[in-house]
Amino acid sequence: MIKKILIANRGEIAARIIRTCNKMNIMTVAIYSEADQKADFVDMADESYLIGPPRVNESYLNADKIISVAKQANVDAIHPGYGFLSESDVFAEQCEEQGIIFIGPRASVIREMGSKILARQLMEKAGVPTIPGTKDALGTTEEALIAAHDIGYPVMLKASAGGGGIGMQVVNSDEELIVAFESNTKRAKTFFGNGDMFMEKKVEDARHIEVQLLADNTGNVLHLFERDCSIQRRNQKVVEEAPSTFITEKTRNQMTEAAINAARTLGYTNAGTIEFLVDSKENFYFLEMNTRVQVEHPVSEEITGIDIVEKQILIAAGEPLGLSQEDIGINGHAIEVRIYAEDPETFLPSPGHVSQVIFPQGEHIRNEPAITGTCDVTPFYDPMIAKLVVHGTDRQDAISILTEALQAYKVEGIKTNLPMLKRIAEDETFKKGNVTTAYIQEHYLPIIKAK
Amino acid sequence: MELKASMAGSVWKIIVAQGETVNEGQDVIILESMKMEIPIPAEKSGTLAKLNVAEGDFVNEGDVLAVIE
Repeated sequence: MIKKILIANRGEIAARIIRTCNKMNIMTVAIYSEADQKADFVDMADESYLIGPPRVNESYLNADKIISVAKQANVDAIHPGYGFLSESDVFAEQCEEQGIIFIGPRASVIREMGSKILARQLMEKAGVPTIPGTKDALGTTEEALIAAHDIGYPVMLKASAGGGGIGMQVVNSDEELIVAFESNTKRAKTFFGNGDMFMEKKVEDARHIEVQLLADNTGNVLHLFERDCSIQRRNQKVVEEAPSTFITEKTRNQMTEAAINAARTLGYTNAGTIEFLVDSKENFYFLEMNTRVQVEHPVSEEITGIDIVEKQILIAAGEPLGLSQEDIGINGHAIEVRIYAEDPETFLPSPGHVSQVIFPQGEHIRNEPAITGTCDVTPFYDPMIAKLVVHGTDRQDAISILTEALQAYKVEGIKTNLPMLKRIAEDETFKKGNVTTAYIQEHYLPIIKAK
Repeated sequence: MELKASMAGSVWKIIVAQGETVNEGQDVIILESMKMEIPIPAEKSGTLAKLNVAEGDFVNEGDVLAVIE
């Protein structure tokens, strides 16, 4: 039984997890940095502990401190949310050793999927299609050049330990590769402590489509269908929807089956996501696996009626899913947009004082905010300040609810991407569902620049 | 000429050392704000006469990071 949970995170996801805990009559413990003393999630929790200065290394990434607070507060489990320590196999192992349940998969699976090179190899074994590319880490620039000639430009150069788009770059020529290989190796070493690089063929006109999985400890693995997250800026998602209106039922079946096979091969438990790139002919390729709850999980919750965080907690407590695949269906269409504190044209961050926030309200509107009123958005963490989720009877209905909701949405005092989201919601290309991962770069930005 | 922080953040990297020459448009300092690198380029060519910050320092928008002469 899990009766008390520490949330090793902040912002909207900490608030989101606390809400489900309240519903399940589970006590909650928040941890927070000096920069988050006035944050909403701190007030929402039953107990709150200040763990250190604003910088992440001294607060939200300070595993020893977090575990000592967990013991002091006598919690049964730790929910890591997303980002921070959520994909740290070392942290998951530390929890296990201290007798605290880590709400997520086993540490060994996190380690395997944390190396993108190893993950590619394991997926090939599981029969999941991977993008043509290098099997092992590239040792030198010469090796990288040989690999690029073998694969053919354009290629994607990627950091094995990478994430959030860091250490990743499209490369079109030898000249670009020589520069990119050195700089990305350095960046990967600085950011992730591991400079291993690998290379994949660049998939043209790609859509980013991912499959949500739930797996319990009895071997029951289920999928909650797919999410289309093709609209991205700086390789980070901005708009996510479910289901995908691009893939056919046949492709949907193939992708969900591949994802389930992968999870079975890995002996995966808890919630996880397998990300795929899908080309214009509906060929799909493994991109990476996220061994945690994802930012965009609400769209899957909306169309299936399943609370993913609740399932995560129940699985971690050893409960069976108590569902079979036939019990899960798609109801309507859901869209999530991420509200970022940033300039809507340059995407540069915009920390500062928020003087007013007005959230749209309505029957099919769900707000997942990190802030609810006057506050300071600090420069220490991710620029996402809220998520807006809408649920319609079909995609067209969802878009019209979204458009109306965005009109009512107000954040004053800092720059946000709300103007960009409004423009996307009203864009004909978006309405037709004709969006690939190049949408912002090739469609949105040229329109903005022409104005 | 004063080189100012375009936004609040921490000093991630100092690329040009005190006394070195810089060209217009060259990045002098890289700030980190909201998990993003913000390069601060020199608006004019010259010599970096004074450096007011060290790597890891927190700066507010408008703070003078360095002086180029």
